Amino acid sequence: MKAKFVIPLAIFGVLCVFLAIGLTKDPRQVPSPFIGKPAPAFTLAKLHEPEVKFSPEEMKGKVWLLNVWASWCVSCRVEHPVLNDMSRKGIVPIVGLNYKDQRADATKWLGQHGDPYLFSVWDIDGKVGIDYGVYGAPETFVIDKQGIIRHKHIGPVTPEALEKTILPLLAKLNA
Amino acid sequence: MKRLLAPLLLAAATLAWGQSTEIANPDPKVEARLKAIAHELRCLVCQNQTIADSDAPLAVDLRQQTRKMIAEGKSDDEIRAYMVERYGDFVLYKPPFNAATALLWVAPGLLVVGGLAGLALMLRRRREATAAAPAPDPARRKEIEALLAAEDEPRKG
Repeated sequence: MKAKFVIPLAIFGVLCVFLAIGLTKDPRQVPSPFIGKPAPAFTLAKLHEPEVKFSPEEMKGKVWLLNVWASWCVSCRVEHPVLNDMSRKGIVPIVGLNYKDQRADATKWLGQHGDPYLFSVWDIDGKVGIDYGVYGAPETFVIDKQGIIRHKHIGPVTPEALEKTILPLLAKLNA
Repeated sequence: MKRLLAPLLLAAATLAWGQSTEIANPDPKVEARLKAIAHELRCLVCQNQTIADSDAPLAVDLRQQTRKMIAEGKSDDEIRAYMVERYGDFVLYKPPFNAATALLWVAPGLLVVGGLAGLALMLRRRREATAAAPAPDPARRKEIEALLAAEDEPRKG
């Protein structure tokens, strides 16, 4: 007789635990399959110097960030002051991946908002974006000295995410 | 009828506009395969739509990429693997069976088995309870029937 009440209560309790865990998760944060894998190779022209090409191999031996941005991307404006601040302090080299943007719009945007990038590369058709599994700019990849992707931040880099996740990771990777 | 014509034409126009204008000369064979594959792939920008349904720029790009891979003679599995490599298992509406998804796949079966077991147990208990109930002795039975009959009497009138 007692089990009749205890069993549904227990099932309800288990359900509550699962739902409570579900509430803490953001469905937009899709775990990247790239963590721990080599950054996909590409060759793209630089945004400001169309005749100069860049490949990620050139950054071997350095810990660096690859930041996906575009002039049409509203959230990119939100994170831009954070990137500018990082750049001013010289925390880490940031390479911009200008994603599906017009060259003139992109350079104008950087002129207006400041350019925190070592340089940006120009991915007009979004092909490199697809190779990096980009589905919403801004996205930021932390790449280590061996060229392995260690972390992917989806959405604007907030001061909080920087303090709690990215800076400690950079310190570890640079150690 | 005339009043209906305008909305109907409008509806037809939006249908035609859908994806057929995405490329200049769609090859029906390629488009059919694209449709089949794209219906199994999740658009990560608007997560509850497939790549076939979504008009998000990323979905358009991925349809274009799929067309290209079909033209290159890639198999459906190769195209799916290409997407999973970049966007993870999450891109598949039919996720593969692995450690992370085992519970997802097994849970419905477990629920059915558990439910049936519970039902069987309950039915057996009930049958045992009925069987265990003692049959009333004839004298007592007569008394009960008389009482029941008396109860029914007034209602008849």
